[in-house]
Amino acid sequence: MSGGTRLENANPLIFQRSGERRLTATDEDEDVADPIDDREIFDIFSKSINDPEHPLSLEELNVVEQMRVNVNDQESMVSVEFTPTIPHCSMATLIGLSIKVKLLRSLPDRFKIDVHITPGTHASEDAVNKQLADKERVAAALENSQLLEVVNQCLSSRAM
Amino acid sequence: MAADNSVLLGLVEEFVSGQVDSKAAETVTGSSEKSIVNVIHCFSSCRLSLTSSQPQTRGRGVQLLSQVLQECYSSLSEKELEVLLAFYENRLKDHYVIIPHVLQGLKALTECSVLPPGSAVSILRSIFQDLHVQSLMVAERSCVYNILISLMESKEEELKGLGADFIFGFVQSVDGERDPRNLLLAFQVARNIIHRGYGLGKFVEELFEVMSCYFPIDFSPPPSDPHRITQEELVLSLRAVLTGTSQFAKFLLPLIIEKLDSDIQSAKVDSLQTLAACGLTYSHKELAEFLPGLWSSIRREVFQTASERVESAGLSAVSALVSCLSRSVLSSDSEDVLQVFLSLVLKDCQHHLCEPDLKLVWPSAKLLQAAAGASYRASLIVSAAVIPALLEQYNNRTQVRSCPSLTNILRTVLMYFSLCLLHKHTEDSVLVAFQQSLCSVVFSALTESSAGLQVTATGVLTALGQQPGLLAQTDVEKAVDHLTRLILEEDDTKVSLAVVECSGSLAHLHPKAFISRLIPRLKEEILSAVRQRCVTALASVSSLPSVVQESAPILLQVLASAHTGTHSFYSKISFLIIFSTLLFSYRSASRMASQAVSLFLDGDVSFLPENAFPSQIQLLQKHHLFERKKQHLWDSSCHSFTSRQVEIPEIDRLLVQLEDLSCTCPHLFSYTSAAKCFAGLVNKRPAGEALDAVLERVMKRISVELENVSSAQRTQAFTLLLWVSKALLLRYHPLSTALTDKLFALLSDPALGSQVADGFCVLMSDSLDVLNRNCHADVRIMYRQRFFAENSTKLIQGFNSAEQEEKSCYLKALSHIVSNLPRQIQLTELPALLPLLLEALSCADQAVQLSTLSCLQPVLLEPPAAIRNQLEALFSRLLALTTSPVMKVRIASLQCVHALSRLPEHMVLPFRARVLKALAVPLDDKKRLVRIKAMVARGEWFLLGSPGGK
Repeated sequence: MSGGTRLENANPLIFQRSGERRLTATDEDEDVADPIDDREIFDIFSKSINDPEHPLSLEELNVVEQMRVNVNDQESMVSVEFTPTIPHCSMATLIGLSIKVKLLRSLPDRFKIDVHITPGTHASEDAVNKQLADKERVAAALENSQLLEVVNQCLSSRAM
Repeated sequence: MAADNSVLLGLVEEFVSGQVDSKAAETVTGSSEKSIVNVIHCFSSCRLSLTSSQPQTRGRGVQLLSQVLQECYSSLSEKELEVLLAFYENRLKDHYVIIPHVLQGLKALTECSVLPPGSAVSILRSIFQDLHVQSLMVAERSCVYNILISLMESKEEELKGLGADFIFGFVQSVDGERDPRNLLLAFQVARNIIHRGYGLGKFVEELFEVMSCYFPIDFSPPPSDPHRITQEELVLSLRAVLTGTSQFAKFLLPLIIEKLDSDIQSAKVDSLQTLAACGLTYSHKELAEFLPGLWSSIRREVFQTASERVESAGLSAVSALVSCLSRSVLSSDSEDVLQVFLSLVLKDCQHHLCEPDLKLVWPSAKLLQAAAGASYRASLIVSAAVIPALLEQYNNRTQVRSCPSLTNILRTVLMYFSLCLLHKHTEDSVLVAFQQSLCSVVFSALTESSAGLQVTATGVLTALGQQPGLLAQTDVEKAVDHLTRLILEEDDTKVSLAVVECSGSLAHLHPKAFISRLIPRLKEEILSAVRQRCVTALASVSSLPSVVQESAPILLQVLASAHTGTHSFYSKISFLIIFSTLLFSYRSASRMASQAVSLFLDGDVSFLPENAFPSQIQLLQKHHLFERKKQHLWDSSCHSFTSRQVEIPEIDRLLVQLEDLSCTCPHLFSYTSAAKCFAGLVNKRPAGEALDAVLERVMKRISVELENVSSAQRTQAFTLLLWVSKALLLRYHPLSTALTDKLFALLSDPALGSQVADGFCVLMSDSLDVLNRNCHADVRIMYRQRFFAENSTKLIQGFNSAEQEEKSCYLKALSHIVSNLPRQIQLTELPALLPLLLEALSCADQAVQLSTLSCLQPVLLEPPAAIRNQLEALFSRLLALTTSPVMKVRIASLQCVHALSRLPEHMVLPFRARVLKALAVPLDDKKRLVRIKAMVARGEWFLLGSPGGK
């Protein structure tokens, strides 16, 4: 990841970040319950997950978009599609894992979390999706301290 | 004398044989202090032991002598010193067991003020010849460095006479030093050598080698370190050594380039900061050779880094280099190194500004800005190269109208300009040539819909206005039109604020344009829906008398229409607040003030233009409509009267009226305003009999009201008491203690207690509308600290003796006081207050919880040592509060839990599992704001102690 090694995608396109969510009057109202919505989930990982290759957030690289996040608060379902920057990106599994871990840590237990690649954007889409959907494999991956280290680095806040 | 001697001999014998340790030394030093026995006596008493053939015995003897010397070195004469020095220097050749004691003694001797000439040189020669410093123990090495330091203080000339031998000796003795405490001393010696002009001779490289092997410093103090040496200290003192002389340049600069390749972030930052420090001492000659290498390393760091620290260190290194190069005097045949360096920078950065994907625009712009900001010449060169290119780029983009990159580049251009303009070096303006196109960029940005762009553009406009000659008359008019449009049409609060600010600053410079264009438009619109914004804008542009003359009638007109009751209550209040700021900002407000007083006291409205209502309305009548009006007037008079320059007519009559109203009026807003106004006047009143009389009268009245438990006016009396206390506290008036004591006593009042506790918030925080420095109130510095220092014990005692149900009032008062104290004081006072604050956290009053949390949170960011023992209690209370029924309490407690994740890992790791479990609950909170905080905090706690985390 340092400057010395060759980057897979050395010159990615960069996208504008969406602004901060506007605070509304109901947000401050004690009595109104705010349901968990797409934007909230999007904010969770768009700002706080970094790309493993670049010092940029996933939002800036357009890996995640708000329209590809679907939440159903009542049925406790979250589904996230992410788009690797290039079709052969070897980091796709890692990015998916980071998103999954971040959601696991940030959402209440009741949610069922589904993370997969935007259809048609990656060469080995099915394999990656299968790995990400397999609870056992995710759990096993997080037992591996080296892998956990990389994931944690992706999840560390950028201001160091 | 003889008897003394024999006693002494006995004691020495005991000490030497090792039977008694302290007694002999104490007795001997004690008696030598009384100068019954001088040191030479002691010396001769020790003779037997000093000449013993057993090294241990000799050691004991020297030890005793050294201890004596440490106590009484100041009383030695030059003669005695000579003898002792000769003895000690000779002892350096002795057995190794003795050396530590010898060094102790030598250290004591070097601190004498009457060292004989030549002794410093001979001491050093013996140390350097006879000792191998690095094979000594830590304490002895430290002794050697201390000897060097004290000799450098007292015998600088002699040591300089030693020349390069001294440097060589020092290099040899320090080579291989590992102890951080000793390193600090060694760095100090080296710094002295460099800064005090010791000749380094041919040992420049040796000295550099022996020092630079520690660079960059990587040191983490052991957790139980009693010496509290920080990495920061070491880094700074080493940096002072390395950057102290330009003779090191040819060794240091390659080293910096090498270390910038390191993977460790702190090493990079340290290298960059060291480079920036070099900029202060070096000249272009030293730098020239290494500029390409340095630049490519810095560029790589700024372009590739993810860390703001590295980036800002890199930028300041560029600034330092450029300002160093700009400072250098050129000889006729050398080339201009600044030009060379800047062309390197421009070559690497400029094309990024024009690249279509804009990936490196920001780093490039920052680098160029750092270079341009360093000196006038640099800004000239950089601007001349960059601005035309940017403008061209901008013009091309506008034709194509490709979105987000268009706005992006526009923003870059603007930011660059504003930064450039705001820099003081560009006084006689590099930008005149581009003035036209720059204005058109700014104006087009003002018409964009992006709020951020508009805010930036108004910032640039303000900056343009500040530079003479950059805004032509026609441009000013255009700018005013744009501003007027934005004031009337723009709903975004950030933009409105920026526009109003910009109008204010431009109106100060170009009043005519504003009078002729802005004010008439606002006059038309002032009764429409955007009245609020119009009035704000009017208030902000009214800083010059000529503008006020135009704007005041409009505002008075609104006041008049307010009187007819067609507008809502609140808009009138806000209007009057603005009206009064206007009054106050207008320097010669005395005429206004007298009008306001007459309006207030007599209802005289005759001075209003277009006098449309009957004069002589009795405003003090308790008529409902007028009641409201009175409130505004009090408020406005609060402001205008408290302006220091304004002479207030009939002040005594006014004070009596205000006191009366504040004690009797039943309306909350009215009596509070009256009390505030009264306090503002009292605060400003010069000390003297008049003031004392007023205070005595009001105190009596307050006491009477407060003592009458059944009185309906107790709240009013308390409000007045509170504000008067504040007025007096701010100016350190002697009566203030009596008043605040009254407030403390009221804390246990069953009816008023809670209000009184909240009153401490008023007392300690800055009030926005009155009694602040902007109102020219008499505010002494650090009144909060003083108040806290004088009263904290009273409060704690009060708390301890209070009944259970009254305790919460004390806690609330305490948390208000503490949360308003400056951070530094909070940190020092926290150990004493921590138990009380923890108590406050478990207090049922939610306001207390909230203010305690808000006071704890900043403290937890830099936690004091005292918190360690309280972590268990702290965690259990904070975690309990994360499910409080009040949203703000939940948020604040989550922020505290987040802050705790930054404590040293070993302290908080035991709580990790518990915190993670507890934070799972607020993740499902019904309020989004709470969930976000919980999510952030939980994320940090997950990273704690996990590989790749922190």
